[in-house]
Amino acid sequence: MSGAGGHGAHDDDREEDGRQRSEDERYPSRDAPDPVEPPRIPLPRASVEDGERALPDPDDVLPAPLDLPHDVLKSLLGAWALAACSAAETAAVEDHLGGCGACADEARRLREAVGLLHQPESLDLDPGLRTRVLATCLQRRPPRVPVPDWAAAYDTETARLDALLQDFGDAEWHAPVRLRWFEADAPAHRRTTVAGVIAHLLAVDGLIARALGLPDPVAEGAEAAGPTGRTEAFWRASRVPPTAAVRGPWREQSHALVRTVSFTGGHAGGLGVPYGGIELPLHDAMLDRAFECWVHAEDIAVAVDYPYDPPAPRQLHRMIDLAARLLPAALAERRRAGLSAPGTAPHLVSAGAPGQSLRLEIEGAAGGQWLIPLDSPGAVGSAAHEVAHVALDGVEFCRLAAGHLPPEEAAAGQDGDREAIRDVLYATAALSRL
Amino acid sequence: MAGQDAPPRGDRKMQQRLARGEAAALGELYDRYASLVHSLAHRVLGEEKAADTVTREVFAHVWEHPETYDPRQGPLRTWITTVTRRLAVGRLRDSEAAALGHGLGGDAGELERKVRHASVAARAYDIVHAMPAPLRAALELAYVQRRDYRQTATDLNVTEDEARRRLRLGLQLLSTAHDAGVPPEPGGAR
Repeated sequence: MSGAGGHGAHDDDREEDGRQRSEDERYPSRDAPDPVEPPRIPLPRASVEDGERALPDPDDVLPAPLDLPHDVLKSLLGAWALAACSAAETAAVEDHLGGCGACADEARRLREAVGLLHQPESLDLDPGLRTRVLATCLQRRPPRVPVPDWAAAYDTETARLDALLQDFGDAEWHAPVRLRWFEADAPAHRRTTVAGVIAHLLAVDGLIARALGLPDPVAEGAEAAGPTGRTEAFWRASRVPPTAAVRGPWREQSHALVRTVSFTGGHAGGLGVPYGGIELPLHDAMLDRAFECWVHAEDIAVAVDYPYDPPAPRQLHRMIDLAARLLPAALAERRRAGLSAPGTAPHLVSAGAPGQSLRLEIEGAAGGQWLIPLDSPGAVGSAAHEVAHVALDGVEFCRLAAGHLPPEEAAAGQDGDREAIRDVLYATAALSRL
Repeated sequence: MAGQDAPPRGDRKMQQRLARGEAAALGELYDRYASLVHSLAHRVLGEEKAADTVTREVFAHVWEHPETYDPRQGPLRTWITTVTRRLAVGRLRDSEAAALGHGLGGDAGELERKVRHASVAARAYDIVHAMPAPLRAALELAYVQRRDYRQTATDLNVTEDEARRRLRLGLQLLSTAHDAGVPPEPGGAR
């Protein structure tokens, strides 16, 4: 094992580099065959302070040894150790070290300290580590106030996204992102930036914050709007486009949500969250926000060219289950909007009775089977009344539900009623929104 | 950077939430300190898997014994890095001693040297992360961005005198990493 020694090589590089630099800077002055005649009128030093860094420091041009007072030389020791002063100053300090024991001692100490500095490592924590570490902890000491099962996906996905954002600089925060969804059976899109996406998540998560009595990030007037309206209002409300500064409020709110639902606990799971036209029970709303968080994290990852994995199978399964449960209402909406192809006129089925069903089979570790009632949201899926069967990969199904995959391109294994299948695939895409 | 030090009041609150057994607090604690803990452990052990294990043990320790943190002694961040340093150095010592026992080379003197080197590196890491932000910013500009002190002054919008002062003071703080002894044997992580 290399221990910390593995990094030692790094230090040496840097130190050598540092020396290299100060020597490079010294050479021109030492080796200059004919010192350039100093200009009679000194260059205006003020310009350096004004921020015009490109101007050469007169010290670099003039080889004349500096006669600096002891205090100044001492104050230069840090910069000297870091090879961060001018060639003339470096020469003056080194000249001084030969004759001043106290400064020489400090200089040695500071040089050694530079060897302890490190270039920042690009540390990408394994995103799965969080789940494993927390699981170990909670096993060793069971929590008295657990995070409800239905909030775990939100907790995990927001943490994953936050980790992705960790090392973002301005370039990443302002990288363009194309948000895509499906509307009226056609792809729709909207351009924003990485920071704009986080603002979007903040604004829509605010629906739940509001329902729980937490502060609402969206200005008064638009609070009651749905996800899209809230986002637009939030984007409009600030005069400047969102910046990296949006990360803090988003993260604070997501932590506050997890904290709050932990205390309201199981009882609040059924609390209704107004969701722009519809109302979702709190546990489904949290799951929906976890899903959106993943989808948009992936949008961001694509925009900045980072890899990003799908959620763990356990969480993914819950998200698929939510989409499957929302499908009957989405099918009904399509019928109302006249988007269902004629010929699939629903049988009239009384609420709670078994109706014609499509068997949705999701493959992979997150998979399972769902019977989607086709006739009306009130009907119950029934194997005996199965008219079609669709098989899809879990992540593919989620991409479809996110509006990132056109229904006609979903590589679904299918048999049975073609129109029913088409309807279900389009209804899945219709679950998506800005 | 993992962010600013939380105010002591926040630290006390966090301790209370952990003591109450609030799982959400543990998640927040992880989100705030995991990269600090992991990179410090990695600095000592030089190995990903070992750093993962130490990270797990650090959070398990904090979660199981939140009462051993005393907010009056300093910020939570400092306590967590102390726990990390001890557990990481302890693990390094164990694995090196095991290698020694199996005749896989090295000797006791080398073991102590490695442990000492790792301790100093870990302390240095601590010091950099705990030092006042203006000092750290100056060091980062000069060391990482390779700005000279005049450019550093401009970037930080301070006088050149002040830039020189910050660089010197930052290194002076850092140099104390050499002064401390090796942390005690594991078991002292409290």
